Amino acid sequence: MKLNLKIWRQKDANSKGKMVEYTLDGVEGDMSFLEMLDILNEELITKGEEPVEFDHDCREGICGTCSLQINGEPHGPDRLVTTCQLHMRKFNDGDTIVIEPFRAKAFPVIKDLIVDRSSFDRIQQAGGFISVNTSGNTVDANAIPIDKHDADAAMDAATCIGCGACVAACKNASAMLFTSAKVSQFALLPQGQVEATDRVQNMVRQMDLEGFGNCTNTGACEVECPKGISLENIARMNREYLAANIKG
Amino acid sequence: MGVLDSKVPEGPLAEKWTKHKNDINLVNPANKRNIDIIVVGTGLAGGSAAATLAELGYNVKTFCYQDSPRRAHSIAAQGGINAAKNYQGDGDSPYRLFYDTIKGGDYRSREANVYRLAQESVNIIDQCVAQGVPFAREYGGLLDNRSFGGVLVSRTFYAKGQTGQQLLLGAYSAMNRQINRGKIKSMNRHEMMDLVLVDGKARGIIARDLVSGEIQRHSAHAVVLATGGYGNVFFLSTNAMGSNVMAAWRAHKRGAFMANPCFTQIHPTCIPVSGEHQSKLTLMSESLRNDGRIWVPKRKEDAIAIREGKLKPTQLAEEERDYYLERRYPAFGNLVPRDVASRAAKERCDAGFGVNKTGEAVYLDFSAAIKRYGKEKALTSGMKGADEATLIKLGEEIIEAKYGNLFQMYEKIVDENPYKTPMMIYPAVHYTMGGLWVDYNLQTTIPGCYAAGEANFSDHGANRLGASALMQGLADGYFVLPYTIGDYLSDDIRTGPISTDSPEFEAAEKDVRDRMEKLMSGKGEHSVDYYHKRLGKIMWNKCGMSRNEKELKEAIAEISELRKDFWENVKIPGDSNAKNQELEKAGRVADFLELGELFAKDALTRNESCGGHFREEYQTPEGEALRDDKNFKFVSAWEYKGEPKDAKLHKETLKYENIELKTRSYK
Repeated sequence: MKLNLKIWRQKDANSKGKMVEYTLDGVEGDMSFLEMLDILNEELITKGEEPVEFDHDCREGICGTCSLQINGEPHGPDRLVTTCQLHMRKFNDGDTIVIEPFRAKAFPVIKDLIVDRSSFDRIQQAGGFISVNTSGNTVDANAIPIDKHDADAAMDAATCIGCGACVAACKNASAMLFTSAKVSQFALLPQGQVEATDRVQNMVRQMDLEGFGNCTNTGACEVECPKGISLENIARMNREYLAANIKG
Repeated sequence: MGVLDSKVPEGPLAEKWTKHKNDINLVNPANKRNIDIIVVGTGLAGGSAAATLAELGYNVKTFCYQDSPRRAHSIAAQGGINAAKNYQGDGDSPYRLFYDTIKGGDYRSREANVYRLAQESVNIIDQCVAQGVPFAREYGGLLDNRSFGGVLVSRTFYAKGQTGQQLLLGAYSAMNRQINRGKIKSMNRHEMMDLVLVDGKARGIIARDLVSGEIQRHSAHAVVLATGGYGNVFFLSTNAMGSNVMAAWRAHKRGAFMANPCFTQIHPTCIPVSGEHQSKLTLMSESLRNDGRIWVPKRKEDAIAIREGKLKPTQLAEEERDYYLERRYPAFGNLVPRDVASRAAKERCDAGFGVNKTGEAVYLDFSAAIKRYGKEKALTSGMKGADEATLIKLGEEIIEAKYGNLFQMYEKIVDENPYKTPMMIYPAVHYTMGGLWVDYNLQTTIPGCYAAGEANFSDHGANRLGASALMQGLADGYFVLPYTIGDYLSDDIRTGPISTDSPEFEAAEKDVRDRMEKLMSGKGEHSVDYYHKRLGKIMWNKCGMSRNEKELKEAIAEISELRKDFWENVKIPGDSNAKNQELEKAGRVADFLELGELFAKDALTRNESCGGHFREEYQTPEGEALRDDKNFKFVSAWEYKGEPKDAKLHKETLKYENIELKTRSYK
């Protein structure tokens, strides 16, 4: 198939960016979206032009490196996939595809389609851990039985890949789904209870400091999340946050 | 023995590690505050090592090329992590895990290292649960286990099909705790370009900030390389696009020996290649072999009809299918080790029984498991006389709960529903057992330079068992290296900060700049990927699942030729003083072009078949690997001497004092 691509090009963080149009022929349905961009880049390099830079690494939907706002949707039109697992069979010959970086104040553009998501790291550093020494001298793993439903719910929250699609999907650029997934994982496990109060307060404080917007419950984040992280996590974090503040 | 001293402690196998920990020197907490350590790579080995070292009190700087430590490729490990917990009461023990690992590695790994790994495996699970890793549990609230290839017990712990992700996020959270305390400085989007030696000791690295292009000097009292494997030398592999050998290869060129480079794991269950545009391959976890049965049609004409789209696999009756693993290896069946399963798939496809367009695919079929689970579920739910459709629906739900994410991934990539039609799979490059040579302390042949995880060679011999990579990464990082490194650093308590303003740093930085300038000066028309793909084809065709003398010699000549062409002609647009992904790739491919040749040379030198290294000249009449313990019971450790062809071989003879060497049999 033949495609018209409109791609955001920006030299570096300080330069002004713009949309540039390209035509690409010979795209096959079995290609992934990123393989389609590989082919475009190969053509650009042959012509002596600079290739389009984009973040990607594992290309199997788990590392959370790839991003891209495709026709206005983070990770494109398919559901429950990252851009690297989006295949061109979802598009048709002659389609125009608009490709932009994730847009959020807390995700500044580095170059072309690459954004800086280190704000997510800083939220995790503020409290996304259990303060246990890594000496191995802990209790036996089966010493504390955990209700399978809680363990499974913790796992569902923990599958967040930190890609930032929730932020890019949100009209307020809120990071509530991301932050709440981590808070939920620990809140659901007995090991996470000890530091629960500080954790939720510190993580929410950092989230606000980074310049993410507030949550107005539109639910766009849940729809666009490639890992199906549920809005229930936001509700759980709000409860945790309220409880923490009452506790003081 | 020559220059290679494995430093394995004396004494009975089971007491070596404890005795060693008691004997080695310690650094007191106040002195640890004056010692700096660089950790390159933030996967399971690097992330866990960084966290523990910082917790012990050292000042740690971590480096990763990804935008966050959490994205290291350990994250993609699916199936699980082994530990000799014996929670299932099926007779497991550290000795059994040790025995399985040595046997699985076809008797080419070091006894003492492997035993220590088996001992520490038990602590890993405790540690991870304490950190909040949500392992799968049974209804009683206790941890669940599954089986992996090459073993007869259930010792694999898992978190759905995302075990690597959960373990890495655990290590990352331990790192975050230390970053929050100011004990780890995390340098993301930074790549190590060279290792700096001062007075023969590793004292720092030259790094490139991948955003600004700035070349930086970083000093430390010791350098830990936890940079993973080099599977991407094949271009197509299950590794991440950025996975590379640069850090290990730079260390090799500075004096670290490279061990067993030809020991590569080709994983039997990956999604087959679909076309020339393919950029990477996707694994379907080995855990699927717990429930999936592997087969091809019995009759060649059926295989041809399937390839031409005239016949569907579901139309073939049970007796028309060849479950070739169950046929050849009745004791282990579909759960034979990876090297055996991969070769068996290749044998069937080479014989003309492949089932996709390219003829390079076999079936992994869940229909029997779906029926079995469906029946069980119906019984336990009190549904008597449920019809076939209900049983299948119930069975599919169980399969979805176990492997849902893998099935979804398969469907997205292949556009077929694996609940209804068997998956197609084919072997692909997955893991490298070879790596930097290390002694018992995980120190390379450069004093002060350590290697952990997949980057070293030590534990898996010629073939790694499933769910053992995660175990090794975390054992090395959390529980081994942080202690053994203290023995070395105890001499450095009075050294003080290492200056980066020295002739050695100056010279190393100049080397890096010259190399980049040379790369940027290519005058030809081909991109980095063009060369990488060509290298990959040579490697796959001539150094892949089976190898022979003639083709290995051809590979050496072709890679050498390709490397020359690359250095003269590779075309890299843009600027070296800014973000430039093509330049990043070029630096990595340049090293693969050297490593690939050493790889072929190593394979050519090893005149035997063992584990993942199958030399066609050395096989039994039944086509099984023919090992030669008399002449090849050693680790090949290569010393850099200029061009790869000049590399000098050193041998570490392997001693088996606790295990009797046998022909590996899974029949």
